[in-house]
Amino acid sequence: MAKTVDARGLPCPQPVLLTRDALRESDAVTTIVDSDTARHNVTRMAEKAGYTVRAEEREDGIYLHISRGEAAPAVAPAPAPTPSGGPLVLVVPSEFMGRGEHEELGQILIRGFLHTLNEVSPLPDVLIFFNSGVKLTVEGSPVLEDLRTLQAQGVQILICGTCLGYYGLKEKVAVGEVSNMYTIAETLMQAGRVVSL
Amino acid sequence: MGLGSPDDAVVYRMENGTLLVATADFFAPVVDDAYTYGAIAAANSISDVYAMGGTPFLALNLAAIPSDMPPEIAAEIFRGGMEKAREAGVVVAGGHTMDDREPKYGLAVIGTVTPDRLLLKGGARPGERLALTKPLGSGVITTAYRAGQASPEALAQAVPWMLRLNRDAVRAVHATSARGATDVTGFGFLGHAAEMALAAGVRFRVRADRVPILEAARPLAEQWLFPGGTAANEMYFRQWVTFDPSIPEEVQMLLYDAQTNGGILAAIPAGEMDRFAEACRALDQPFWEVGEVVEGEPGIEVVR
Repeated sequence: MAKTVDARGLPCPQPVLLTRDALRESDAVTTIVDSDTARHNVTRMAEKAGYTVRAEEREDGIYLHISRGEAAPAVAPAPAPTPSGGPLVLVVPSEFMGRGEHEELGQILIRGFLHTLNEVSPLPDVLIFFNSGVKLTVEGSPVLEDLRTLQAQGVQILICGTCLGYYGLKEKVAVGEVSNMYTIAETLMQAGRVVSL
Repeated sequence: MGLGSPDDAVVYRMENGTLLVATADFFAPVVDDAYTYGAIAAANSISDVYAMGGTPFLALNLAAIPSDMPPEIAAEIFRGGMEKAREAGVVVAGGHTMDDREPKYGLAVIGTVTPDRLLLKGGARPGERLALTKPLGSGVITTAYRAGQASPEALAQAVPWMLRLNRDAVRAVHATSARGATDVTGFGFLGHAAEMALAAGVRFRVRADRVPILEAARPLAEQWLFPGGTAANEMYFRQWVTFDPSIPEEVQMLLYDAQTNGGILAAIPAGEMDRFAEACRALDQPFWEVGEVVEGEPGIEVVR
């Protein structure tokens, strides 16, 4: 059972402390806060501890759903993933597709690839962008529409937060969710198949 | 200073040419002991005059005291403030007290400065070295302590620094021709550093491993017991800051930690660092060289 922590109206670090205590008793916790600073501190604390945080803004507060990664719900101990049964993960480590003499060609190719991806079967379950690949997920990227279409079809899009920070693009993300190395590593290790561009 | 270029305090030119420096600050208790709280709040209020290069001389009390607070506790807060002001050569004359649920205390402070000693946020120039005169961590320590998560020993690491006047730090800066300085308070080290870099149109290269951090602050930072102000600082100032990704997240956050009466951050001409160090030694004033001013897009890059 997910535990709920109502931290509305409480100054920092109370929301962090209450969430931390609840996570000792339950793998899934929903913390309700009503300030951006509390949201930020609780989210950073939980992500640093390896949890995934999904924020939901409601009229009566910001609901932070904290869990041990999407792939492993806390209800029952997850069975060891079988090599063939896990999700199909597509890794995009660069803003270019392939390496050649001309970077421009690499850009044309990746645009074409992500555009075409919407029409092939099966769709990947998860798309992971890291290194210069994160540039494809920010404002001004020529493939945003394609990525949004993929997301609308249920494809989860994870973007490496460290890489965004490195390029100074954290504020510019326009699709998917900013993720951390824990989630990325876990997703890759639990994948049935990993395709890397 | 006009409103277009925010600085640590208001500077007003009198008809006889004297520059008046005026500032006010007050906050809720950061420690349990009433006398210490009063002294820290006073030192923090006076600091803004020092940060402008000025000499404070007059102050007024600003206080909110709960009606059910024993009068002897309130008296201790005022005594702490008064004695700290006296140490700074400041006369506290009157002021105003109102009734509020949570106590608040601080000073409105007036000082003077001569134009050649004025220190501005926008005074840093490429090639200068960045010096910081107090370690970071008072925000996370006092916040964790109030939440029952830090020991009295942890708090005791922060208190002497919060009590310390920034007078000697600025005296040492004045031994050089430096013109760029501020004090590190609510916006944290990176927030105030960003203000300086943007005001001067320069880039600060900060060496994270050289920035002093109180030992007691590190385990509390790992538990993310930061005050809301620290989170707000990161959310706002990160647009001008980049980090070497190998710097741990809690250290990044400590560099944003909201400080109470933190140190002076000054940009010292490289050729005058020896003179600055000499002046600090003579005044028994610690300092750390934490980076340098470079040309480039205004902002801050934090490297190892």
